[in-house]
Amino acid sequence: MEKHIELPITSEVASSLSAGDYLYLTGEMYVARDAAHKRIYDLIEKGEALPIDLKDSCIYYMGPSPAREGQVIGSAGPTTASRMDKYAPTFLDKGQKCMIGKGKRSQEVKDAIVRNHAVYLASVGGAGALLSKCITSSEIVAYEDLGAEAIRKITVKDFPAIVICDDKGGNLYDL
Amino acid sequence: MRVINTSEITDAVAKMCQDANFYLSDDMKNAFEKGKAMEESDLGKKIFSQLTENLKIAGEDMIPICQDTGMAVVFVEIGQEVSLQGANITDAINEGVRIGYTEGYLRKSVVGDPIERVNTKDNTPAVIHYDIVPGDKVKITVAPKGFGSENMSRVFMLKPADGIEGVKDAILTAVKDAGPNACPPMVIGVGIGGTFEKSALMAKKALTRNLNDKPTIEWVAKLEEEILDKINSLGIGPGGLGGKVTALAVNINTYATHIAGLPVAINICCHVNRHVSIIL
Repeated sequence: MEKHIELPITSEVASSLSAGDYLYLTGEMYVARDAAHKRIYDLIEKGEALPIDLKDSCIYYMGPSPAREGQVIGSAGPTTASRMDKYAPTFLDKGQKCMIGKGKRSQEVKDAIVRNHAVYLASVGGAGALLSKCITSSEIVAYEDLGAEAIRKITVKDFPAIVICDDKGGNLYDL
Repeated sequence: MRVINTSEITDAVAKMCQDANFYLSDDMKNAFEKGKAMEESDLGKKIFSQLTENLKIAGEDMIPICQDTGMAVVFVEIGQEVSLQGANITDAINEGVRIGYTEGYLRKSVVGDPIERVNTKDNTPAVIHYDIVPGDKVKITVAPKGFGSENMSRVFMLKPADGIEGVKDAILTAVKDAGPNACPPMVIGVGIGGTFEKSALMAKKALTRNLNDKPTIEWVAKLEEEILDKINSLGIGPGGLGGKVTALAVNINTYATHIAGLPVAINICCHVNRHVSIIL
């Protein structure tokens, strides 16, 4: 089913989604991948303050190419989500509700999705130029030293994504 | 001896890094069209349309086709009648990569050490493979390789008794395990024979072969067709979201091997199978 969804995605919104739903997302989300996840995970382990608020957050697993003058962002497609599997359950337990990437997730992540009423979405891998056109603003909010792996806050409009794992245990890759 | 200054090679590599990331070759574009016509699932057709639209935007706005603009893999064939002058050729190629990735607004995805993992900030060093060949020309192929699919690649050291059926199983296992992670529809490069590293190198090089060129060895040509059909019966589909077209092509290279072995390497590439060549 096609649905237009305003971010943030809360538990109520996540619970209304099912594997296979085709979404158009509008609103704000974070962008973070391997190195930024490791840093935040280490801060959580140590009980220290985080540079971003995870409550009801949506994190897009992505590292863009640099923007040319006049562009909001460069190419901006999803990266493989399984590399974040080590960190994702902790992030979800801390309030994150939505993950966007591509590819399979571990059982631990799927369990954390169900437990926390969260959702995992995929956007089309390798369509970074097309997806960049759905991003209307982008700013680095933490870890600028990581370059392409810095944490960004972006605003998207009608960003296409497909529900892969829902909070009923549904998984589109298994259907 | 024909003299070539390596500054020419720097300029060529800088341009090829950019061209490879903004435009796909015609054989790949044709494979998209063929795949779209073959695909039966509605979602799969939609993904193909998005990929075609993505290519159009990338070319027009010079935005990389994929944000993972890859680690630069460079194949160099140097004619033995060529005298290279100027900077050392490896330095010249890396300088080309540095210029190409910086001036082309391409992502810098290389860390200088696999454990310490500090980004080199200019996408160097490249992975360079040299060959000495007859003649007085230099052929350079730049093939930026993304790691979503690279991570799903495999080497199997089979036994001779495993034979061609073992080879088929190895390829299908690698593709099944890759599934949605490798951004299907994929292109599969395969190396059969040689040694451990020779098979992997053949698999990588197979990805740079024009999809319209067929192998001259009959069993290899037949295997390419048969295994492509088998892959496209797995149901993984475009984007891994189900459908008929899981792979656009299977390219196989072979080489002599040892009486005790049957190495098989599978280098998986996503649908952004990038490679550009020039002959100097």
